[in-house]
Amino acid sequence: MAERPEDLNLPNAVITRIIKEALPDGVNISKEARSAISRAASVFVLYATSCANNFAMKGKRKTLNASDVLSAMEEMEFQRFVTPLKEALEAYRREQKGKKEASEQKKKDKDKKTDSEEQDKSREEDDEDEERLDEEEQNEEEEVDN
Amino acid sequence: MADAAVGKDKCGEQRLVSLPLSRIRVIMKSSPEVSSINQEALVLTAKATELFVQYLATCSYRHGSGKAKKALTYSDLASTAEDSETLQFLADILPKKILASKYLKMLKEKREEEEEDDGEESDTGEVLA
Repeated sequence: MAERPEDLNLPNAVITRIIKEALPDGVNISKEARSAISRAASVFVLYATSCANNFAMKGKRKTLNASDVLSAMEEMEFQRFVTPLKEALEAYRREQKGKKEASEQKKKDKDKKTDSEEQDKSREEDDEDEERLDEEEQNEEEEVDN
Repeated sequence: MADAAVGKDKCGEQRLVSLPLSRIRVIMKSSPEVSSINQEALVLTAKATELFVQYLATCSYRHGSGKAKKALTYSDLASTAEDSETLQFLADILPKKILASKYLKMLKEKREEEEEDDGEESDTGEVLA
């Protein structure tokens, strides 16, 4: 898939929201400033990726992992990001663990019910994933309303 | 784009990260030597980018002037990139702007210097000949 120039940009709406939340109320951001920050963010991703990749290569790995990204931040002199990133990583891991357990539990329940339908299981697992995600999204919406 | 607006994607990271992971991944993959990216690395890069946007915006805003300011402009960003060591990597993409008339004047002065040098060289050439 060829990359068009706009694919390497980040969505304006999200960038604008992040900027507005960071600055005091009532501060205007010129269109030029917004566009410049967006470009800077893309360059940041490239620089961070390249830096993280160096760490992966040093470790003789072909896949970039979380610690490569953290090392890259230190290398780029963004130590200030390391603590919030580690917290985000912990939260992400907890979330993933929770989902995995939920999915395994559901599978166990299903096994009890469908002993006789083993050949359909693989198809149903895919459906299950979708159902689970749908349920989670519904649950999250409910939480927001509450 | 649905995933951009709410920051949703299959793994439901909308609470952790607002930037779309799919787009971050495209940018990361455009880097030549990168083979593959672990999902955690992707999430952290997206999060780091958000932190970076916040940092760049607040830094530039404060750097702009000491008095109360109502706006963040391009020149705030350009001067911050130039003055900050950490943000040096942005200096090329956020160049400071000068008036066209000033730039043309600079070009003219440079050309005049070069012509003077050429003049001296050709004199030397004639003497030797």
